[in-house]
Amino acid sequence: MATDTNSPVLMMEGVVGGYGRMTILNGLSFSVARATITTIIGPNGAGKSTAFKAIFGLLNLSAGRIILEGKDVRGFSPAALIGEGVCYVPQGRNIFPELSVHDNLELGGVALGTTKAMRSRVEEALDRFPILRQKARAQASTLSGGQQKLLEIARGLIARPKLMLIDEPSIGLSPLMVKDVFATLQRLRDQGVSILMVEQNARSALEISDNGIVLETGRTRLVGTAQSILNDPRIAKLFLGAEVDLETPASP
Amino acid sequence: MNQPHRVLPLALVLLLVAGLAGSVLKPYPIYLISLWAVYTISAIGLNLTLGFAGQISLAQASFVGFGAYATALLLPHGVPFGFTLVIGAAISFILGVLLGFPALRVQGHYLAFVTLALATIAFLVFRNESWLTHGTAGIDKIARPIPFTSDVAYMWLCLAALAVVTLGVWWLLRSPWGRAFLALRENPVRAASLGVDVRTYTLLAFAIGAGLGGVSGALFAPLGQYIEPSEFALPLSFSLLLMVVVGGSGSFLGPFLGAMVSVALPEVLRSFQDYYLLIYGVIVILLLVFSPDGIVGIIARGVARLRPTDAPVEPKP
Repeated sequence: MATDTNSPVLMMEGVVGGYGRMTILNGLSFSVARATITTIIGPNGAGKSTAFKAIFGLLNLSAGRIILEGKDVRGFSPAALIGEGVCYVPQGRNIFPELSVHDNLELGGVALGTTKAMRSRVEEALDRFPILRQKARAQASTLSGGQQKLLEIARGLIARPKLMLIDEPSIGLSPLMVKDVFATLQRLRDQGVSILMVEQNARSALEISDNGIVLETGRTRLVGTAQSILNDPRIAKLFLGAEVDLETPASP
Repeated sequence: MNQPHRVLPLALVLLLVAGLAGSVLKPYPIYLISLWAVYTISAIGLNLTLGFAGQISLAQASFVGFGAYATALLLPHGVPFGFTLVIGAAISFILGVLLGFPALRVQGHYLAFVTLALATIAFLVFRNESWLTHGTAGIDKIARPIPFTSDVAYMWLCLAALAVVTLGVWWLLRSPWGRAFLALRENPVRAASLGVDVRTYTLLAFAIGAGLGGVSGALFAPLGQYIEPSEFALPLSFSLLLMVVVGGSGSFLGPFLGAMVSVALPEVLRSFQDYYLLIYGVIVILLLVFSPDGIVGIIARGVARLRPTDAPVEPKP
């Protein structure tokens, strides 16, 4: 089936869910355009990372739809979602530190089913990230923080995702490393991967993004191009935790 | 040493050398080589469960017992050995799945106790259900399959079975299944985020390990041609656990070396008589203090000193 290149790769429609009795997402709705970088920003507790868990099947949802390429994937397991073309790079360090870089990459291919497919995808990843090829046999814990994040991204790409969910990629990295990771994301976007990113480092993230989404208390408060959100004076207030009247238009 | 593709030829050469040596030796060493092959199969199974998937089991002896009793009880009814082996492995595989369910809820010491309970129940069944198992009297005159009736021929059968298991596990560990086991051992939560179905793979880790225990038991029964319940009691479970740990838990060659130590050391230390277990205990303690990754760890460090590593290890930032 041919995919409509104008249709969004992902649509969240009125998603409600949380942990136990605590509801975090209160009717969350947004969409992610194809081959773009979309960054979700918002204050602590807004539900940014929870939104990712909802998309990746790690959260019980009580309402809403999650449409991936026209298909409702709500309730799918992480394994099934990987099969549907979603990869998830969680917050923090998520490598397997005791294993080699090569083994870590192979773990990205466990859902592929065959050894041949797994091995050829690992070779592709090593071609894409020469620094990882150089260190393929080294223990993953010996990589620098930035290289470890690249390893996680490379591992996520093994399944050839249509949509990459990446949570706080800049956390714990030096500004130079952040630049490197962001440049990698831009390159992936140019190769056709749609990227949905959550980032506390809002300004830097929006600068490399096409679109932005502002979340507050589990709802979408603002969507627009990354540039328009960067230029919106109310955003700074939102991050400072002040009450924001989003009904009043921003001053020019 | 942890890379199956690198050490597979070594493992197969080891089998061939053992077989050729056994062919010119006296009956007792031939028996020991056969026993080594049989225990290695069981230890490889436990190494999958414990070493690669990170799930502790003290019930491996029970699975050896299920395989042994299935063979010993079915052979007199005219069931061919090949079928008894498959049936023994299948019974152990299914019971392994059942044993895996508690592992979905409990881990570590608690899981050890759950598996200990199964081992105790299995032993009581072997001992007390005399109508089926012949109880403490055991089962004797277990026939060896034709044409493997001689000691040497049966040794080659055991070694051939070990070679098949070695190749099978080598394939498994290199496949996405093996990688999933590894992810499960290292970090189940991260494994799930990579699409590993933690539930299925935990059950499989137990089931495949138990199934190999069953294969080992099916070969064990005709080896000594006599079985009785105490052979499949807790001491064998602990012994198999020691084989895995002493050899090198989570390494491909570990079970081969661990089983070798376990079979050969009592013979080497025979002259010490009553002090044998004491000396064995001290050796194990020293080994685990100085090389927690077992004999394979010692060899790997020795090899690393002789040649530069593939990639330079850089200091952490």
